[in-house]
Amino acid sequence: MKIEVVKQLLGAQVVCGEEHLDTDVFSACGSDMMSDVLAYVKDQAVLLTGLVNEQVIRTAAMMDMKCIVFVRNKRPTPQMVDLAECNGIVVMTSPLRMFEACGKLYEGGLNRDGATDA
Amino acid sequence: MPEPLKFTYDINGENFASAGEASMQIKKELRSLGFAPETIRRVSIAMYEGEINMVIHAGGGVAEVLVCPEKIEITLTDHGPGIPDIDLAMQEGYSTAPDAIRSIGFGAGMGLPNMKKYTDEMIIESEVQKGTKVFMRVDVK
Repeated sequence: MKIEVVKQLLGAQVVCGEEHLDTDVFSACGSDMMSDVLAYVKDQAVLLTGLVNEQVIRTAAMMDMKCIVFVRNKRPTPQMVDLAECNGIVVMTSPLRMFEACGKLYEGGLNRDGATDA
Repeated sequence: MPEPLKFTYDINGENFASAGEASMQIKKELRSLGFAPETIRRVSIAMYEGEINMVIHAGGGVAEVLVCPEKIEITLTDHGPGIPDIDLAMQEGYSTAPDAIRSIGFGAGMGLPNMKKYTDEMIIESEVQKGTKVFMRVDVK
């Protein structure tokens, strides 16, 4: 799934990384617990979270994730946006709640079949 | 890379927002040295969790990374309160982090287990009220 489609399914607004919307992603992870993201993510390219701090961006960068979606219209700080831009990560914000956002992506085809053991 | 490269970082224990900067730096160095993405990911995640631990529990410390063609070694040293029961600390879900840390996405009791999971060897030496030294080795496959 292209990140552009993630954006459409979630009715999201892009905060930074517009130039990477054509990138393909194959799976996603929804969590507010960054240690769980670091523990269980395999090749999950999209992180959905309601947590807003710089560690969210660093966690995504460590995992080579390509896109972060903040749910419930939460907005990242300018420092977080700078950090995401330095790491080539697309950041967007969606009005949906976590459960709904995950459901829409799963239904749209971003499901377990996309996860690899990379 | 005929000689091993050594990188040393002071981990600032005052500022949680900056925790992880050293791991980001190592990730960049390893990438420019041409290591495989999987190796880079294992090293940077293990070191990142270690850095977070030093900031949460020990008021910071020092991270030393030795980069050789066949292995990468990370040594994290702090002068914090020490770990009284290392076996207990290694259990998934066991945490002594304050609630304030949980509200910012850490303190789930996954840090040390994650560090062990992503490395080929991990040795913890700790003395209560003196500090902790964590050695981790990632083999380049």
